[in-house]
Amino acid sequence: MKYVDYYKTLGVERNATEADIKKAYRSLAHKYHPDVSKEPDAESRFKEVAEAYATLKDPEKRAAYDNLGQHRQGDDFVPPHQWQQHFHESSEDFSDVDLSDLLKAFAEAQREGAAHYASRPRHGETFEFTMPITLEQIYEGAETEISVAVPDYDSQGLLHRVPKTFRIRIPRGAADGQRLRLAGKGGQGMNGGPPGDLFVVMRLQPHKYFQVNGNDLTLEVPLAPWEAVLGASVEIPTLGGPVALTIPPGTVAGRKMRLAKRGLPGSGNVQGDLYAVITIEVPTSVNEREKALYTELAAASSGFEPRRQRFAGGQS
Amino acid sequence: MTVQITETIWLNQDEVCSLQHVAAVSGLSEADVMDLVETGVLSPVSGQTGSGMFYSECIVVARKARRLRDDFDLNADGVALVLNLLRRVDALESELLALRPDPKRNRPAK
Repeated sequence: MKYVDYYKTLGVERNATEADIKKAYRSLAHKYHPDVSKEPDAESRFKEVAEAYATLKDPEKRAAYDNLGQHRQGDDFVPPHQWQQHFHESSEDFSDVDLSDLLKAFAEAQREGAAHYASRPRHGETFEFTMPITLEQIYEGAETEISVAVPDYDSQGLLHRVPKTFRIRIPRGAADGQRLRLAGKGGQGMNGGPPGDLFVVMRLQPHKYFQVNGNDLTLEVPLAPWEAVLGASVEIPTLGGPVALTIPPGTVAGRKMRLAKRGLPGSGNVQGDLYAVITIEVPTSVNEREKALYTELAAASSGFEPRRQRFAGGQS
Repeated sequence: MTVQITETIWLNQDEVCSLQHVAAVSGLSEADVMDLVETGVLSPVSGQTGSGMFYSECIVVARKARRLRDDFDLNADGVALVLNLLRRVDALESELLALRPDPKRNRPAK
């Protein structure tokens, strides 16, 4: 079992008062609560903070935790004998036991008496985790596998983290932040208690090419200057496969071209659009011949004065 | 490791579930859920107000309400206020994102 320094997590001294602990929890919760925080690692930070607080706010759990002595964060350790007696049948293996689960079971067992604790029906734990999904997966719908460590009770009411793999379907048209519920796939119940649920939060990964806006997609399409001037047919990627986009002659940078129904599927029969936004790139280094041709072009196009209209009337 | 093939329930605006289901899955009481309806945080399926049917995405909001209540010791008014403000923040952020071109995106690394 890995040692977790709860005092360090909350940033308080080991002799902190209950009020200090509550205050520290509050300010960290304001900062990291995943429902209100924009910090990138909010979810995992808050989990640590909540776990620390759950133990330190409860005098019995705190005393039990203090009894473990002080170890270094992340150090492997085996709980002392009086602990193991509570879970005598399973005491040989604590390696897959989470410290917070152990403290919870210990506090409850002390309160109720070990025999009662072991026989009481208990709900399985419900929990939530994040699954990265890609635009390609929600365009077609997809199947994917996820592995999570699910807490299961052993015969003594001690939770062990058991790795499980689920094969689940990502629905076509799923959106960032949407959730799937896997009913009854959370932690096992015990003594007739119902199992918990798993909630999967789908987190859309940024795409190399496409930006997402609701069901619509935006794709930046760079053109060479001559393609923009003369017009061209260029191949662009779409989620349904590459398509040829016709660039009309005289296409300016920033022009938005709509490709109907090539965006993301939404609910019902809705299908978003794809917008190709034109940019114009220029070669950053040119050889002698190119340079000569550009110079010739500049002379031949002397009538094209892009700044003349814009800055007419001087700097006033 | 064994792989379990699992039926998932998509929490969205198509599937409908009962008040009792929202309460059971979120861990709120039915009265708590109705409080959220009264404060405008949750809306029952339109036209079926009396029947107490909800879109399954309401479960997400109800669970969030329960977390906020438990993690911050909030009362029902506090929860409703936070959720309504969060919704406004979300709407503003997505509007901002749609308006603001991101010049760093789609550029090959130099």
